[in-house]
Amino acid sequence: MLVKAGAKATGLLTEALLAEHRPVLFRYALLQLRDDELADDAVQETLLAAWQSASTFEGKAGLRTWLIGILKHKIADHWRRSGREIVTSDIGFTDTDESDSDEDDFFMSNGQWNGGPSAWNDPEAALRQQEFWGIYETCQNNLPPKMAQVFMLRELVGLEADEICRETGLSDANYWVIMHRARLRLRECLEMRWFNQSKRNKEKRHA
Amino acid sequence: MRSCRDITALVSQGLDRKLSLGERLAINLHIMMCSRCRSFQRQTRFIRKAARRYTEHLQSRSGKKT
Repeated sequence: MLVKAGAKATGLLTEALLAEHRPVLFRYALLQLRDDELADDAVQETLLAAWQSASTFEGKAGLRTWLIGILKHKIADHWRRSGREIVTSDIGFTDTDESDSDEDDFFMSNGQWNGGPSAWNDPEAALRQQEFWGIYETCQNNLPPKMAQVFMLRELVGLEADEICRETGLSDANYWVIMHRARLRLRECLEMRWFNQSKRNKEKRHA
Repeated sequence: MRSCRDITALVSQGLDRKLSLGERLAINLHIMMCSRCRSFQRQTRFIRKAARRYTEHLQSRSGKKT
C-alpha cells in the first residue's frame, strides 16, 4: 500500500484522493503494458511517486492529468528497462490533421446514409458469447492506430473528452471527428462480422 | 431537416458531452422518422457498453490478480 496515512499532510492531496484514481490509472497502464501485474506495479509506483512529490502538485492541470503524466514516465521506464524501444507508450501526437475523409464512405454527398445500419438482433445476447469478444477485438484493432488510441482512452480507460484533448493535443473539433469515425467504423465492422453473420448462422441452423 | 450525416455526428457527441436542448430536439425529431439513425443511436450505446465489458475481460484475462 501507500505510505502510511497521515505521514504527510499536504493539504491538497490525501491518500484517499489518490486512490480514487487508481482504477483509471490501472486501465491506462493495462492498455499500454498488456499485463495485469506490470500494470499494477506501474500504478503502485505512480501513486507512491505522487505521494512523495505531493508538494509539487499545483492543482492547475487537474489531479488525474498530473497522475497520468507520472504514470507515462513509469511506463516509459518499464520499456527502457526491458530494452524495448518506446514505440507504443507515447500517446500524444502532433499531426492532428487526419486527412482521410472516410466519413464519405458512410454517407452520400447529400448527407444520407450510404448503406447504413440495419437493426441488430438481440445485441445483449452477444455480450454473453465468447466468440463475440474475438470479433469485437478484431474490429477495434482494425481502427487506424491514432483513432484506436483516442477511442480506447475514452471508452476503455474512461477519460473525459477534455482530458483526452489535453493528453493528445487534439482540438475539440478533431476529437469529435475522430470519435465519430471510430464509432461509424466499429459499428459497421460489428454488423458485418457478427450481427449479419449470426443471422445467417441461425438461418442455417433452422434450415 | 438535418441530414443523417449531421444527426449521427450529434448522436456521437451526445455520448461525450451534454447536448443542448435544441440539439436533442433535432435528434429526436429525426430519429422518429429515420430508422437507420435510430439504429445508429442504439448501436453506439451498445458499443459503449461492449467497450466497458471488454475492459473487464481484458483485466481478468491477463492475470490472476486485479
